Amino acid sequence: MERSVIIAGFGGQGVILAGKILAQAGMDHGLEVTWLPSYGPEMRGGTANCTVVLSEEPVGSPIVDEPSALIALNLPSLDKFEPIVVSGGTILVNSSLVDRGVSRRDVRAFTLPLNALAAKVGSPRSLNMAALGAYLKASGAIPLDVARQAMTHALESEGKGKTVAANVQALEEGYNAVP
Amino acid sequence: MAKRVLMRGNEVIAEAAIRAGCQCYFAYPITPQAELLEHMARNMPRLGRTFVQAESEVAAISMVHGASAAGVRTMTSSSSPGISLKMEGISYLAGSSLPAVIVNVVRGGPGLGNIAPAQCDYFQATKGGGHGDYHMIVLAPSTVPEAGELTMLAFELADRYRTPVMILADGMLGQMMEPVLLPDPVDPAALPAKPWAATGAKGREPNIILSFDLDPEGLRRMNLELQARYRTIREKEVRHEETETEDAEIVIAAHGTVARIAKSVVRMARAEGIRLGLFRPITVWPFPYEPLRALSSRVETVLTVEMSAGQMWEDVRLAVAERAKTPFYGELGGVVPTPKGILREVKRHVG
Repeated sequence: MERSVIIAGFGGQGVILAGKILAQAGMDHGLEVTWLPSYGPEMRGGTANCTVVLSEEPVGSPIVDEPSALIALNLPSLDKFEPIVVSGGTILVNSSLVDRGVSRRDVRAFTLPLNALAAKVGSPRSLNMAALGAYLKASGAIPLDVARQAMTHALESEGKGKTVAANVQALEEGYNAVP
Repeated sequence: MAKRVLMRGNEVIAEAAIRAGCQCYFAYPITPQAELLEHMARNMPRLGRTFVQAESEVAAISMVHGASAAGVRTMTSSSSPGISLKMEGISYLAGSSLPAVIVNVVRGGPGLGNIAPAQCDYFQATKGGGHGDYHMIVLAPSTVPEAGELTMLAFELADRYRTPVMILADGMLGQMMEPVLLPDPVDPAALPAKPWAATGAKGREPNIILSFDLDPEGLRRMNLELQARYRTIREKEVRHEETETEDAEIVIAAHGTVARIAKSVVRMARAEGIRLGLFRPITVWPFPYEPLRALSSRVETVLTVEMSAGQMWEDVRLAVAERAKTPFYGELGGVVPTPKGILREVKRHVG
């Protein structure tokens, strides 16, 4: 099966990195993957997003009309992408910043205080990893330990090895927050 | 065993160039190909090779001219407006029979345009762009791994035919990441010798590399020789790919990024019982006229889809003539057609 995820939020919330780690974990798990960032003017201060496709087959289009999941880290992202999620898909909302729920009734909705979850493990900036953890649990796309390794590798190769422990905690916190 | 790595298209093109034995790289930064230049900046000096961030695109292509004349594998890269600036130099490379690889990570135009993906430089790449009767071999990768493979091939073809070769990519291919198995590096010492190169004339007659002949008879001979080489390239180097065309009633003709999006459309259409196939030129010069001509006599419709106003469409219509209907669907200005949008167009032309 093919899974597609749009991860969207403010610039600086780490959506690009969360997407890279998801793509890396997908590849490490033996899947075909594409990672496509928004790189236009929306990167400058507005909303940033990236699209990750995970599939057993070679990926055709890296852009998707109807993503199977949306991770909305802020309100503009929920407003923009909620309508296009495929019926029966998954929407994950960061209730720390978004003061409304998911209005659609034909999707699985998860409302999680991602900023608060990340703050709880002492790393408020790791809300992107909490989001990723929550998505992994909600979708069952990739095992948690594969993602943990991919994240560790990604952070170390970007010279952010010191942040691994906190980010792992945030990833697990997000994972466990999904029932 | 080689391991898959997750890399951006821009980085894969750069890394493949290094592995193809590119000794000298010259460029001026521009979005959306900046990561290509950055990868070269990080790695070429470390390998004892030459990286120069030139003062302009014109300077960069002229440096490529010099390096190529000295017999080394060399490359430059840019995006649309920067490639326009390089056109004079590309014509000089062609006129001087100098091998070089030029990467165009195409963005929206004309003019300054924008930094979004586009295919609006097809005419410039395949029909000239610079002055004079010349062609470049133009390779149009559709995926990140293929961008690496075609970059390796570009260096080979450039040397074999002593011609500039262009990699025609786009902003999306440059920016996106995909798993790749990086190609094995070639051994620069094992590459065929270039007896024509200007390597110092001690003990032999000087090699003179010019794109200049005041005598019309002489320039005519030079042009005839170029045309003969282009004939050989047309005979031997046409590359294309067909997907699900065996029983197709309609095929999409698309290159590069649009072709990979169209692969999803083929799956979607087939699931709905529409016998859709895909014809993808890999070389857009030389264009695969013959294979498309053969295919067009078996199908009702050849729908060209491009991120342009219909540039490759002209080649498609040349190949298909009256054998099938040839509608067109294009998006402009950096807008990327989505699978659903393309499928909607397909449905307008079946049944």
